[in-house]
Amino acid sequence: MSAPSVAKTPKLYLGGAFVRSESGRVYPLGLVNVPRASRKDLREAVRAARAAVPGWSHRTAYTRGQVLYRVAEMLEGRRVEFIAALGGGRASGREVDRTLDALVYYAGLADKLAQLGGSVNAVAGPYFTFTVPEPVGVVALVAPEAPALFGLLTHVAAALSGGNAVVALVSERRPLPGLLAGELLATGDVPQGVVALLSGLRTELVPQIGSHRDIDAVDSAGCPPELRRELERLAADRVKRIVPASADGTSPGHRLALATCELKTIWHPVGV
Amino acid sequence: MPTRPQTISARPERAAGQVPTADPQGTAAPESPGFVYAPAPEATDHVRLRDRYALFIGGRFEDPADGRHRLTINPATEEPLAEVAEAGPADITRAVAAAQRAFLSWSRLAGARRARYLFRLARLVQERTRELAVVESLDGGKPIREARDVDLPLVAQHLFYHAGWADKLELAFPGAAPRPLGVCGQVIPWNFPLLMLAWKVAPALAAGNTVVLKPAETTPLTAMLFAEICQQAGLPDGVVNLVTGGPEAGARLVGEPGLAKVAFTGSTQVGQEIQRTLAGSGTRLTLELGGKAAHVIFDDAPLDQAVEGVVDGIYFNQGHVCCAGSRLLVQESIAEPFLARLTERIRRLRVGDPLDKNTDVGAINSRAQLERITTLVASGVEEGAQLFQAPCQLPTRGFWFPPSLFTEVAPSHRIAREEIFGPVLAVLTFRTAQEAVERANNTRYGLSAGVWTTKGSRILWMADRMRAGVVWANTYNRFDPAAAFGGFRESGFGREGGPAGLAAYVTLK
Repeated sequence: MSAPSVAKTPKLYLGGAFVRSESGRVYPLGLVNVPRASRKDLREAVRAARAAVPGWSHRTAYTRGQVLYRVAEMLEGRRVEFIAALGGGRASGREVDRTLDALVYYAGLADKLAQLGGSVNAVAGPYFTFTVPEPVGVVALVAPEAPALFGLLTHVAAALSGGNAVVALVSERRPLPGLLAGELLATGDVPQGVVALLSGLRTELVPQIGSHRDIDAVDSAGCPPELRRELERLAADRVKRIVPASADGTSPGHRLALATCELKTIWHPVGV
Repeated sequence: MPTRPQTISARPERAAGQVPTADPQGTAAPESPGFVYAPAPEATDHVRLRDRYALFIGGRFEDPADGRHRLTINPATEEPLAEVAEAGPADITRAVAAAQRAFLSWSRLAGARRARYLFRLARLVQERTRELAVVESLDGGKPIREARDVDLPLVAQHLFYHAGWADKLELAFPGAAPRPLGVCGQVIPWNFPLLMLAWKVAPALAAGNTVVLKPAETTPLTAMLFAEICQQAGLPDGVVNLVTGGPEAGARLVGEPGLAKVAFTGSTQVGQEIQRTLAGSGTRLTLELGGKAAHVIFDDAPLDQAVEGVVDGIYFNQGHVCCAGSRLLVQESIAEPFLARLTERIRRLRVGDPLDKNTDVGAINSRAQLERITTLVASGVEEGAQLFQAPCQLPTRGFWFPPSLFTEVAPSHRIAREEIFGPVLAVLTFRTAQEAVERANNTRYGLSAGVWTTKGSRILWMADRMRAGVVWANTYNRFDPAAAFGGFRESGFGREGGPAGLAAYVTLK
């Protein structure tokens, strides 16, 4: 009889560390005990994300692109493991391929965003005026339930390419690929706190995202329809931006990255 | 000084709309006797106001179903200008239906044809610009100089700029097949009545949408003149619908089920209510809300220009400006001389008759707003800040507040945190650039910011770190349809102006 395998305990990725929920709670998924993140875990994640924003948003766009490319390299090196985590088979292989494509896409997008979203403005006066995209700050992501890995990392990479920090709820029904992705981020040079990955119950955590006082924007891609109204209603308290779920599902594109950016217009007189 | 002869030509039977006849401008400071200002009244004999204005629905003026009207007054005299229809639920539903019908053909019209209409609107506004400026000043209390030189030129420019986009949407959104959204419900404030209308209507129409717009209850008149201009331009019926009324009408409009998009400019509180109303509905929303902008003056700033910038930043339009530079942050080393120059300048501001071409600061827009300003200023005194007010004689009738400035302000004071929306400046100091950024960003808002310094690298460093949608460096309160305008944080979301403003009115593939 062979030795029992060493199974990995699923953990949250929070503040750059792999931890269980401070609440000690789990929810069962087959034979696996998935951490059930609490409101306090969410608060900790947002606190770490807020602290990480100045540093990450002021990395050059080139550096952010290289970090995202490094995450893709990490995934390429562990594709077998991720295919298994996704359930194995050809569909899982295709999902890993698509995820790699998305990561590489956003790695290459980071230093194009200012040119795609910004402008020099021909104003009617002696002023030099330009508009630039800037990260909105802390983005809370309700990742799509499926595809569990591609959906999560596409939206995370989109927000990171613009310089945001992200607190993400991974898929509730298929949380393991998303939690495992924390290891790609941790080894892929994403600075501590820039991304948090939380598993848990959406009915519990989505309203808490809506009412949290220090979240700037919510990417609601995977928000269950029955929670959307409450999420958006609560978000009004801080005038949070809501990134709507796209009509055609998750597809990488520059507009997804710009959806978590603000535009800033700067004016200066021209004269001698 | 002589009493000013004043008529509104089409209504000789009534003297309503008359501006103050007493001299309201005994504002020259006692210690500056050098200048004596003769009255310089703007002519009003070319202005034709009706006694009563109906709703503008489906290209026609229609009385409200329940026959209610409200009086709009001149805030400088408290005298009535005209009666304006109060839209009820049935009227608003009818207006949305008219806009829906118009959308079917307007959205299919070639962009170049839509552009023709917008260009016409721009030209008609230019032709009637002085009349519109006078009415804007009469109805809202703003100095004619500002209505004439700022509001109206920008109104025409916004229409002209967006006219040019109508047949170029594919260039603005390459490969994304931009399509209009449908009927847009738009609610605008009273501080720049016609300009806000232009900001809302021009991009919506250019992109192929139709609109139902509610002007502010205290300043509906220029919108009603714009309705006449729509008729003059031959704009197809129902493309622009105007429903006048108070907050209930606004709440009713944004809750209408037939809307594809809502755009609102106004207070953060109302904006939040709208966001809650629309939660989960899928209706597109942009909000341009309050502000508490930091205006940062470094010790190397060109002081005379900075003083003018600060004055323009807070006293422009009586401070009824969402992006007003209401928190002055002066570097400690120059605080004393800078404030000496600033208060000297404030003493020379001319407060009074909005229709006098020499007036710098006009009337407060309404009694309610005057009460809000008075309450907040009283709180500043109560919390221990030092109040300086320009020594000016205010007219006895109408709503007035002197240009005011607070020193000894703590960041926790209400006057440093809350939007006053009046001619009241709170002065704080800082030592380092880092501290200036922290203080500037210590607010729930993020609409605008200003910075004055001669050091280029510091301008860009500050502009990068101040969390605001617009940063004016060595200038303040500049606006242009080509330059995106809009807020961070609780100042709202979405932009107006430029391609980003257009994006709020299209759906993309």
